[in-house]
Amino acid sequence: MQTIIYEKPKTLTDTPTHFCPGCGHGIVLRLIAEIIDTWGIRSKTIGLAPVGCAVLAYNYLDIDMCEAAHGRPPAVATGIKRVHPDHVVFTYQGDGDLAAIGTAEIIHAANRGENITFIFVNNAVYGMTSGQMAPTTMLGQKTATTPSGRDVINYGNPIRICELLAVLDGSSYLERVSLSSPENIRKTKKALEKGFKTQIEKRGFSLIEILSPCPIYWRMDANESMKYIDEDMTRTFPLGVVKDWEHKN
Amino acid sequence: MKQLLTGNEAAAEAAILAGCRYYYGYPITPQNELINYMSVRMPQVGGTFIQAESEIAAISMVHGSAAAGGRSMTSSSSPGISLKQEGISYLAGSELPCVIINIQRGGPGLGDISASQADYFQAVKGGGHGDYHTIVLAPSSVQEMADLVYDAFDMSDNYRNPVMILGDAQIGQLMEPVEFYKKQKNNLPAKNWSLTGAQGRKRNIIKSFYPVKGELEEFNAHLQKKYKMIEEHEIRYEAINIHEADIILVAYGTSARICKEVVKKSQQFKFKVGMVRPITLWPFPKEIIRRISEKVQCILTVEMSAGQMVEDVRLAVESRCPVHFYGRTGGGVPTSLEVIRKIVEIVPDNKVANTLLKLAEVK
Repeated sequence: MQTIIYEKPKTLTDTPTHFCPGCGHGIVLRLIAEIIDTWGIRSKTIGLAPVGCAVLAYNYLDIDMCEAAHGRPPAVATGIKRVHPDHVVFTYQGDGDLAAIGTAEIIHAANRGENITFIFVNNAVYGMTSGQMAPTTMLGQKTATTPSGRDVINYGNPIRICELLAVLDGSSYLERVSLSSPENIRKTKKALEKGFKTQIEKRGFSLIEILSPCPIYWRMDANESMKYIDEDMTRTFPLGVVKDWEHKN
Repeated sequence: MKQLLTGNEAAAEAAILAGCRYYYGYPITPQNELINYMSVRMPQVGGTFIQAESEIAAISMVHGSAAAGGRSMTSSSSPGISLKQEGISYLAGSELPCVIINIQRGGPGLGDISASQADYFQAVKGGGHGDYHTIVLAPSSVQEMADLVYDAFDMSDNYRNPVMILGDAQIGQLMEPVEFYKKQKNNLPAKNWSLTGAQGRKRNIIKSFYPVKGELEEFNAHLQKKYKMIEEHEIRYEAINIHEADIILVAYGTSARICKEVVKKSQQFKFKVGMVRPITLWPFPKEIIRRISEKVQCILTVEMSAGQMVEDVRLAVESRCPVHFYGRTGGGVPTSLEVIRKIVEIVPDNKVANTLLKLAEVK
């Protein structure tokens, strides 16, 4: 007798992705699809796609989805959630979308305590537009617009979104995870589950920041990228729970 | 029962009666009565009121509620409407219904807070990026504001297109008696495209991104076909004395109220004045203006701007008769006497005989 131990989640479509080799987006989308399948929530889940590499998320997830203007998914999601307060609404955003052009929207969604799950894929670079500096680009990191590396004087410091949102009373669950190893991917799935649970139990605003590789615009191979996440990125962006409604300090 | 309300309040109440349950706003003068009214009324009817963090967020929230199938609205005034253009372009590109109210004030920049009609170009020519149109309705009284808000929701649902109500500080803030007739269309198309969760059906996707070569051109052709249909079915205007007139005034909103007074006062002159008041600014009533231009001596467009709608009048007239313009900007409001002086200046001499002497006595 055959036992299936691993298969494509039903919520993932058969469309080949447009992501570059070694990109982390495919992993995150798969994890979301696995949770939707396991929890049986496909028919009550609505996703928000941003502008940037993740815009075509709606081609890969077999659920109702809406596109938003650059940075606006938290506001558009707010409008959707007010119509369907018992549905599971999530945004899927990159670092340029959420932490630069959409800073106001994410801060105020958190401040209102919107009962929505925000999935924040941080790869420290604008991938879709050929690798420019992101708000989360690390000091010294070379990008298309910081050819000599990001320096504090000209470009400021990388923004730590989880820590920034933690000071707002409206945020309920904030965790930073990474995709650098199978173990970390399992932790990422747990964090995503916690984010969706936070929403389903109406506990309010949840955001999961996922450190994700961009080998193409980091000018590295896949292995170096994973090492870079573990050894460099996590020094600027420490992993772990930043805020949790279940374990209030 | 008639109520004495400002245009802003009438717009808000009419929206509630039209079934709007999702309102997102941001404070800006001269539309504050509207957002304030909504903050009281929406909770009373179980609706959503959010004072958003910005105009951009407010229109994006409209985007979300419209995508989810709810009747949604936002309102603002000129500088705030500029900020909303990003969202309006996305709404048009995603074919989402919604109502946007612009209570115009003076510009450019921060301008001032008094009445203006200087956002005409922005409203009727698209405003944001891309080949699109919003349907633009121009009320000239508080009652008409209420009536047009019902129609705006029905039209937006019918065509899956944003509708803008283009008022100004005077229409928004003056108080007049208004009666609310709830008259929602019954045969509106079902919103089976909306995001409700993919229950027993294929997923729905609301988007405006068409990266595959040829797809966007095809989508734009579809939009243009829709706009053509709107032009065929939705043009509205009010015509006064157009059959015997020597000169026709073209004006909308507050300017049209002034021009109505001009038509009345002109009865004491030898020349005859009529007027056309566009109610839909887009689609523009170009056919009636074209027909009129074949019979009259000249046309005078009156606006509270440096001359914007006059360009559409000229496009309709195609040089069949002279098209003149009289306007005031930056909060200046034309008086009926100013308009009459302008008429005297442009009407051919033989029609003005004896008029100049009387001008000082115009009542």
